[in-house]
Amino acid sequence: MPIKSYLAHPFDNKKEELQQALSLIKGCEIIPAENENVLVIVTETKNDEEDNKLKETIEKIESLKLLALVSGFNTPKK
Amino acid sequence: MSASLSSRRSFIKKMAASAAMTAAATMFPGIIFASEQLTGISNGSLDWKKGPCRFCGVGCGILVGIEEGKAVAVKGDPNSSVNKGLLCVKGYHQTMCIQAKDRLEYALVKKNGTYVKTPINEALDIVADKMKETIEKHGKDAVAMYTSGQSTIPEGYVASKFMKGAIGTNNLDCNARLCMASAVAGFLTTFGADEPMGCYEDFDHADYYVTWGNNMAEMHPVLFSRMLEQKNKRGARIIDFATRTTRSSMASNRSILFEPQTDLAVGNAICYEIVNNGWVNKTFVEKYCNFSKGLTQMGYGLEDKYKFSDKPTKINFEDYKTFLEDYTSEKVSKYSKVSVKDIKYLASIFGDPNKKVMSLWCMGVNQHTRGTWMNNIIYNIHLLTGKISQPGNGPFSLTGQPSACGTAREVGTFTHKLPKGVVMNPKHRELAAKIWKVPVERIPSKPTYHTTEMFRAVDRGDIKFIWTQAVNPLVSLPRTSRFRPGMKKKSCFVVVSDVFPTPTTDVADVILPASWHIEKSGLYGNSERRTQHWDKMVEGPGDTTPDAWMFIEVAKRMGYGDLFPYSRENHVEEIYNEYRQFHEGKKHGMAPLEVLKKQSGAIWPYVNGKSTQWRFNAKYDPACSNGEDFHFYGKPDGKAVVWQRPYEPAPELPDSEYPFWLNTGRVIEHWHTGSMTRRIPVLHKGMPHSYLEFHPDDAKALGIKNGEKIKVTSRRGSCIMPASINERGLPTKGQVFAPFFDENMLINDVTLDAFCPISKEPDFKKCAVKVEKV
Ligand code: SF4
Repeated sequence: MPIKSYLAHPFDNKKEELQQALSLIKGCEIIPAENENVLVIVTETKNDEEDNKLKETIEKIESLKLLALVSGFNTPKK
Repeated sequence: MSASLSSRRSFIKKMAASAAMTAAATMFPGIIFASEQLTGISNGSLDWKKGPCRFCGVGCGILVGIEEGKAVAVKGDPNSSVNKGLLCVKGYHQTMCIQAKDRLEYALVKKNGTYVKTPINEALDIVADKMKETIEKHGKDAVAMYTSGQSTIPEGYVASKFMKGAIGTNNLDCNARLCMASAVAGFLTTFGADEPMGCYEDFDHADYYVTWGNNMAEMHPVLFSRMLEQKNKRGARIIDFATRTTRSSMASNRSILFEPQTDLAVGNAICYEIVNNGWVNKTFVEKYCNFSKGLTQMGYGLEDKYKFSDKPTKINFEDYKTFLEDYTSEKVSKYSKVSVKDIKYLASIFGDPNKKVMSLWCMGVNQHTRGTWMNNIIYNIHLLTGKISQPGNGPFSLTGQPSACGTAREVGTFTHKLPKGVVMNPKHRELAAKIWKVPVERIPSKPTYHTTEMFRAVDRGDIKFIWTQAVNPLVSLPRTSRFRPGMKKKSCFVVVSDVFPTPTTDVADVILPASWHIEKSGLYGNSERRTQHWDKMVEGPGDTTPDAWMFIEVAKRMGYGDLFPYSRENHVEEIYNEYRQFHEGKKHGMAPLEVLKKQSGAIWPYVNGKSTQWRFNAKYDPACSNGEDFHFYGKPDGKAVVWQRPYEPAPELPDSEYPFWLNTGRVIEHWHTGSMTRRIPVLHKGMPHSYLEFHPDDAKALGIKNGEKIKVTSRRGSCIMPASINERGLPTKGQVFAPFFDENMLINDVTLDAFCPISKEPDFKKCAVKVEKV
């Protein structure tokens, strides 16, 4: 069950828009920086297929400039 | 979902979030997240064990979370003054490689062309028999050992004792030759004593950080984040002086680019400005410095069996001043492509008596055919201005490997070294013989093969048995296009001890399964002279065995058992205690093991229960004994040397046939040849393969697009890799850059085996290549 964390960089002045769009996506927790134009995202999905789909969904968000993977863990499926 | 599983998942989510926040902090110093997110990584049911990180020479303290005998998490050690709880992306994921499917768990012996799984004891019998037989038939200089700055202190110590004390050959060298040898030669020629005089606390005091050909944001990320923090907090300034625009350049206050090899000239031009603007700290120089010059036009070591030794001659300040006339900013600007304004700016930073300045460098300066000279020139700048051995003021040579200092340099796994001193010095041989309990005549007084020459000797058939550990020379050596076929020759029996299969294990006759870092106890020594200990944390799989124990077993089988009276359970402690005797005293005393077990390392010289943070400064260093403020006691007269070192061109320059410079290096995701980090899924996905970086103008002129396959060729070999334009880094026009981590794209088939004649460290940063689309 993949758990991943990313740094999401919005386009200029689009941080709130990005945060709003991300908050509608299931399996995605957001930690916005208070003073910089970047958000931490932690995703949790059931399997690699779902993980890939979720990443694709995030990448389609228009206010997103760059999504950088930071860490990836796999936990037991049971 | 069971309760424990759900709390485990929430713990892992917090770890993941924390890793991302840390990564963000390295990019945005002073970044703030809602405070509740930063707290609350509960320890759960994990047992946290302390140690140093497995990867780079920064030597971050880690805590490894162990659950049911398995390493399940890693976090930064908040008690470590090195990293204060921070880690880089490699650090967080380091333990994920140990369960890789292709882990070497059992010994493999090649029989009729195929590898046969063999019990470890039988494999060690074969190694011992073969080594003995080779010595009997061809003499002791027909066997060699090539070790690593990733080996632990006890492993390096036993390797040295085995080769030099038991067998009696100096055929021992290590991969630190490829990264630190010029730093060592620089320290010894200038100060007579190896390793930096300062420590990481310098970061908290300096006003300027001048980085010389050094991409710290990727190679020393945690230290870079300490610099960014100070930049943000106190307005400290980072000046990046390099041949390629990198992540470090982008985060710096100023990026200054120079033409490859001309750093020698720019360094001298800085000295010219210092001298001619009256910025010399006269009292300091008169009291604590001598001036010398050495031989010039030394060649580049391109031919087999090349020999060189420098002949220093004393000069005076006026001679040096005259020499500098060739290096006015105007003259140097013409060929270095650094503007006169920028050269003067750099000089003014060092020239300002009210500013504290750190110089930082690593491979750009060391992997240089004039690497020793380049180290000397940086010291010249700091000595002329007296900016040395004080908090925030000092030249700081960074290391690559996690124990390049602790093992390669302090224990001395180089051909010319002993645990204290060098084989050429009778007193040093006597001390080693006494502690090792061997006849002094057994330790030969002449160095034999440095790394490049060692693998040339394998190719020539002079070395008939070689044993490598924790090292992957067939990816990391320069000019692997010669050494791969050389290692495959039947004339040499090859033993490779490693954790994973690599292109080097591919040519082995015997593969020995080594324990990984946390599967054994050990000690590492980092860039700031900090020695760090860890206890074994988890069991290794199958027959995996610590390298030190494999040496001991082979030594016993060869009849040297009485020299290695250590117990399997406790050998790390027994060996360390024996080794400490070499360094007793105020100049290099090592902390007792009990201290290192309790705290996150200690800096040597460890005197009267205290680490020495700034050497050669009487305020901090109890070894200073001349009654003055500073004492460079590595030299007999207590004075450091300002060296007259000219600019000389690189051995191979771009021409009409090979019109580009090739520069090689590393990326943040991978540790050197990638044998560990490419088995960590998140790192491998982050940087799955190597690439060839172009300046966009060059790419445009050649009609090359991002991702297109390019063949890069030198006079020695070629390699095909995808083009990269405006991605990770930006080389200057006329230069291409490739990282060397990818065993499927062997860029070192292309590089040149030229080296610094004094340090014998190869230059991986400069050779001439052509490029074509395929
Ligand atoms: S900076 Fe170096 S020592 Fe620190 S975590 Fe990263 S790789 Fe490990």
